Amino acid sequence: MIEVENLTVKLGGRVILSDISFAARAGELTAIVGPNGSGKTTLLRAVCGEIASTGAIRLNGRDMRRQKPWELAETRGVLPQKTALSFPFTVLEIVRLGLAGGWSRLPRAEAERLPLEALRRVDLAGFAGRFYQELSGGEQQRVQLARVLCQVWTPVLDGVPRWLFLDEPVSSLDIRHQLAIMELAADFACGGGGVVTVLHDLNLAAMFAEKIVMMRQGKAHAAGRPEDVLTDDLLAEVFECRLGVGAVPQAGAPFVLPQSARNVRAARA
Amino acid sequence: MSLDSFAAPASFGRRHIEGDRSLWARVALVALLAAFVLTFFFSLTAGASDVSPLPLLRELFFSGGEGVSARDRLIIGEIRLPRAILGSLVGASLAVSGAVMQGLFRNPLADPGLVGVSAGAGLGAISVIVLGTTVLGPFLALFGIFTLPLAAFFGGLVSTFILYRVATRRGQTSIATMLLAGIALGALAGALSGILVFLADDAQLRDLTFWGLGSLAGATWTKIAAAGPIILLALLAAPFLARALNALSLGEATAHHLGIPVQRMKLIAIVSVAGATGASVAVSGGIGFVGIVVPHLLRLVIGPDNRYLIPASALLGAVMLLLADAVSRTIVAPAEFPIGIVTAAVGAPFFLWILLRRRGVLDL
Repeated sequence: MIEVENLTVKLGGRVILSDISFAARAGELTAIVGPNGSGKTTLLRAVCGEIASTGAIRLNGRDMRRQKPWELAETRGVLPQKTALSFPFTVLEIVRLGLAGGWSRLPRAEAERLPLEALRRVDLAGFAGRFYQELSGGEQQRVQLARVLCQVWTPVLDGVPRWLFLDEPVSSLDIRHQLAIMELAADFACGGGGVVTVLHDLNLAAMFAEKIVMMRQGKAHAAGRPEDVLTDDLLAEVFECRLGVGAVPQAGAPFVLPQSARNVRAARA
Repeated sequence: MSLDSFAAPASFGRRHIEGDRSLWARVALVALLAAFVLTFFFSLTAGASDVSPLPLLRELFFSGGEGVSARDRLIIGEIRLPRAILGSLVGASLAVSGAVMQGLFRNPLADPGLVGVSAGAGLGAISVIVLGTTVLGPFLALFGIFTLPLAAFFGGLVSTFILYRVATRRGQTSIATMLLAGIALGALAGALSGILVFLADDAQLRDLTFWGLGSLAGATWTKIAAAGPIILLALLAAPFLARALNALSLGEATAHHLGIPVQRMKLIAIVSVAGATGASVAVSGGIGFVGIVVPHLLRLVIGPDNRYLIPASALLGAVMLLLADAVSRTIVAPAEFPIGIVTAAVGAPFFLWILLRRRGVLDL
């Protein structure tokens, strides 16, 4: 369980986030949605302890700010939006960096197998020997996800749920990989772990999230189950755009929804 | 070691995993160690007079031998041996400082010499040389032979801290800002050093000039005793930073998420760089480009994993400096060329070559 109470973030005297409260449960996928500049990424970074904030943040009932970096690293992995590298690491070397956090107790055979297994799960089997800098943006993002997966491989450790914090994990992916990665995150939640993810795609949020936090101008405008949050009125207020939930285009106009993927699990193969 | 040998050697009983260069890196480390031992021995034989260390070694280890002349004993024991040891220490510390600094700034172009850290250390050293008999007299009385390396360490520490504060905002280091701030800091330290040089008397001037060109010529056991402890401390601390520096290459935030106490690690890195650079500058003056050439070459061969890069840099740095010193002693024998000229003549074109190959680096 992640409990956030009255979270406020100020950067250079400006209030970026004000008075945000929400809870995310283990075993669920919580999506943070909202227009550009509404504070989604800032919220995620504050909850991860990346930037200074006031208010309470409790991770599995413990004050997040009081935990040492290595204690936090055992409990949660964080995927940033984009990671640029200035040194020529191979894909395998990057993914292995995930093992440095919290997994030092891993037996050697396991430590060798896990990174390759993680690469397979993000559909990058065979990429281990490639140079990270030579990959496309979407491939780099999946390499980083494999690294994060290595860090918190089992969704529950010693009876305590672990957490994935993802900042727009599918923003530069094609539709097949968007579905595959969301499915992977959903599996993590199914296994008893918790997922908190920033998403731009409202359809993916509707499809995979158990809970949606809708941000607007640095505040949590609404939070709840997808069917309660994704309403015509709320979307108009938050995104300042008249949208019809469930409305279908005129007959004959093509449209593709991720929900129409016939077998989501097959997309991962 | 050839740059073309990118291919990993056949695995030794262990299954080779694609993208895993650790085995190859270990082989390279062993090879570098062997190269270091050979170069060290070679540097004992090279010089103006034709003295071989072999009889001396034989006497040392087998306590028999045909006897070694007092002259040879003096040349090896009091001149060449301290020089080779000091050269190894300085070469290792310059290369490791470069590697650590590049990891800290997340950029292959960071080098204590380029961004004003050496200049700051130089200012500290010059202050002691010029003011040691007057204003700084009490310090000299208090710290004795350690005054010069400590002053250089302090100068290097101050410039590294300023550089880091200026170039890094919210955990992100701007490369352009870092290089430009380094130029400014170097110029400032240079100006202050200039004032001191202006105040110096003739004997001090001569000392300063030769010191500034960079040389191992004055290597003595005293100098080793003064600078050695600081350099060794920094060299021993560096490998413990390796894991943190690896994580840091993903950015400060991600390093934190991977469980690294980032602020503490950065502090240790800065202090070790300043210590190693300062002590090296104090005993050998401005020897440039070792810190940039050595780690870069090694990254091409064994990859950027700091767990191997740092010890390999120490070994290759020592090898390179011993070779440069051998060159500087032999090309104009019996006179000597300042070693800083040799490293700059090789290193500066190499640096330009890196820039040409990776123009994109500056846009990061």
